[in-house]
Amino acid sequence: MPDQKPPVIENAVLQVRDLDFFYGDFRGLKNVSLDVAHKKVTAFIGPSGCGKSTLLRTFNRMYDLYPGQRAEGQILFHGKNLLDKSQDVNLVRAKIGMVFQKPTPFPMTIYENIAFGVRLYERMSKSEMDDRVEWALNKAALWGEVKDKLNQSGLSLSGGQQQRLCIARAVAVRPEIVLLDEPTSALDPISTAKIEELINELKSDYTIAIVTHNMQQAARISDYTAFMYLGELVEFNETGTIFMRPGKKQTEDYITGRFG
Amino acid sequence: MLSLYTRRLWINRIGITLSMLAMSVGLVALLWILWTLFSKGFAALSWDLFTQDTPAPGTEGGGLRNAIVGSGLILLFSMLIATPVGILAGIYLAEYGRISKFASFTRFMTDIMLSAPSIVIGLFVYALFVATTGGFSGWAGSLALALIAIPVVVRTTENMLKLVPTSLREAAFAVGAPRWQVSLKITLRAVKSGVVTGVLLAMARITGETAPLLFTALNNQFFSTNMSEPMGNLPVVIYQFALSPYDNWVNLAWAGALLIALLVLTVNIGVRVAFRNKDKR
Amino acid sequence: MSERDASGGIDLHIQQVRRFRLQDVLFHYSTQLFAFVVLAALLGILVSLTIEAWPSFQAFGLSFLWTNVWSVPDDQYGALAAIYGTVVTSVIALVLAVPISFGIALFLTETCPVWLRRPLGTAIELLAGVPSIVYGIWGLFIFAPLFAEHIQPPLQAALGDVPVIGGWFAGPPIGVGILTASIVLALMVIPFIASVMRDVFETVPDVLKESAYGMGCTTWEVVRNIVLPYTRVGVIGGIMLGLGRALGETMAVTFVIGNANRIVGSLFAPGTSIASTLANEFGEADPGLHIASLFALGLILFVISFVVLAISRWLISRSMGSEGL
Repeated sequence: MPDQKPPVIENAVLQVRDLDFFYGDFRGLKNVSLDVAHKKVTAFIGPSGCGKSTLLRTFNRMYDLYPGQRAEGQILFHGKNLLDKSQDVNLVRAKIGMVFQKPTPFPMTIYENIAFGVRLYERMSKSEMDDRVEWALNKAALWGEVKDKLNQSGLSLSGGQQQRLCIARAVAVRPEIVLLDEPTSALDPISTAKIEELINELKSDYTIAIVTHNMQQAARISDYTAFMYLGELVEFNETGTIFMRPGKKQTEDYITGRFG
Repeated sequence: MLSLYTRRLWINRIGITLSMLAMSVGLVALLWILWTLFSKGFAALSWDLFTQDTPAPGTEGGGLRNAIVGSGLILLFSMLIATPVGILAGIYLAEYGRISKFASFTRFMTDIMLSAPSIVIGLFVYALFVATTGGFSGWAGSLALALIAIPVVVRTTENMLKLVPTSLREAAFAVGAPRWQVSLKITLRAVKSGVVTGVLLAMARITGETAPLLFTALNNQFFSTNMSEPMGNLPVVIYQFALSPYDNWVNLAWAGALLIALLVLTVNIGVRVAFRNKDKR
Repeated sequence: MSERDASGGIDLHIQQVRRFRLQDVLFHYSTQLFAFVVLAALLGILVSLTIEAWPSFQAFGLSFLWTNVWSVPDDQYGALAAIYGTVVTSVIALVLAVPISFGIALFLTETCPVWLRRPLGTAIELLAGVPSIVYGIWGLFIFAPLFAEHIQPPLQAALGDVPVIGGWFAGPPIGVGILTASIVLALMVIPFIASVMRDVFETVPDVLKESAYGMGCTTWEVVRNIVLPYTRVGVIGGIMLGLGRALGETMAVTFVIGNANRIVGSLFAPGTSIASTLANEFGEADPGLHIASLFALGLILFVISFVVLAISRWLISRSMGSEGL
């Protein structure tokens, strides 16, 4: 088996260095280091419990909400360590958006769902906001379907539409990075295809990190793939390399379906 | 072998029968009390109830207008106090309850206050308010009832907020919202109907409370909307009239009891039906 | 729209971040303040009742607790009769209510057809919603006369001559009295005990019950040998909750206990409880020792029920996980 060299990523947006993560005494991530490339899609795959979601949730410090969870090491974002106490979590999260496994529309209108996040860090007039909402919904390929019912509740949409609304909401605050945590696992195949198409378009403007349990999905949409197992980063490389010529036995076993 | 088995079956049968008997004791009690209320109360219902004030001793007729209005005002103001206090305290317990010892302690004490003897709360408000400001008043009554309602609102608000899926909270944090906005604009809004239910149940709980009003709002035979004076109210009127020697007073007590019970039961059944429909959707 | 025209966004961001931090701190402390209201009320009750009751404790000392005197004309007060009435009515109420509540919980969780569970459960909860003053007038006008006519005489005939307990059923059957108050109290606490029992019964894992049924156990045996031992702590918590409720109940008891401030061996005789003494006398109490003694009664009631309720909540939360009720 060829020993693959790690990819050379010159314009990394996030540089993860020696990252450890703890749930109380349990070590959920062990010494993870990798780079997330600018305006590329990086996919994280691995069997459930391997730490891929945990890793994603360190990027926007979502774990901060839970006492007993902590991360050690470095995640450099514009040269500063995201994990530093001095970093303002709210601001980090405004710059690094996130979409979750299940659609999570806020209990308000479609328009307000988008405007809520925008209003937090930007002052703008009503017409500017209208433009922004339209722009974001267009980005999420949802405008055509909802433009006549912006004042309806976000909960009135179908599951696939709700998930695209959540993507629009994340995009609307114009983050640099969008984190997607298994965004299609609760959706039907047609909605899934739409979201995948959308991810492809979004990567021209945003850096995307996606956790998926679906290897074909990772192969279809990502530029880089990280394979994780038991809290460790087993292999990280260009997606083509990972799937065609994996450097590690474990990776090969996983992508050929021998375990996990 | 067979005899042992038969014995076991018989014990089971007796146990089950006794449990059904227990259930029917509960049901019979409920139906008996309701039936009494309706038959006695409806007989005493009339328009005079709402247009005339409580009668003086020895006079004929009379109604409950002053007591109904007084009860309404006392309830209104007590809920105006209890609702914001209870909701904000409930938010505190839900938001910070996981991490703070103070919050767990408060939750425990709130649970105790839920069942604390209401008459003692009346004594407390008497000592704190009536004795120091020099008089029984509607305000004192509202304060006493608010203290009883607050724990109910706190616990239902907290329980409702805990039902909000973590993913919704995380999603709100993920757009960079500060905690207070996540709390008030997202999670509280998501469980709005549940919180309203809690407020209604708290109101139902204090509607029939008599003991804490005895030493606070006292009673007032005349119509008054002045919250700084003693104020007529249904529970105390029922208490005093039911124990009186006059037939028309006793009848008014039954009518008042029916009014209160109707309100309380309507709220209780109403919120259950509303929630049931929601579950189905 | 251009993609990244930061439009001087950095300054705005920093301002906004500061504002949010401040607002969050304010939010934390202001909600905490409101949570503190409950604690303050609790503390306030203890402190204010102690202050108001002080003259009485000074005059009578600790013997206030076990002195059986309550005389307004002599200005002599002791709490024994009221404590006795409170404890006796509550204990008898529990003796009556616990088996019935257990039966109701058993029925609702094990034997009741599924479609009936909800309406019957609601009916029991409604029983808890009926205001206590309604129980009071029902007890006084409807239950007490029936009790005096149809139940007290046969009880007396059957048990009056039995040694030891015969004295409990002595005296004229007048309807109101300790036993009547206990029965009304029992009805009032049944829904509370039953609903806690039902909730803890439902925490028993299905596999546990199924494996017992799988061995050929009857429903009764499953409840007796699996459900009850498994939920013992919570069941006791529910009973204590009922006790806490019964101790402090005022209106229902005041109507039917007869309000006689003395201790008589017979359960048919009128008595008094702390809460009913307060309801009867506080409004017209003379300033001085009388009112201070009433405050002292209130303090005693509060402390007793606080302890009982604290134990109950502790047991219930232990048995249902950290959530409590």
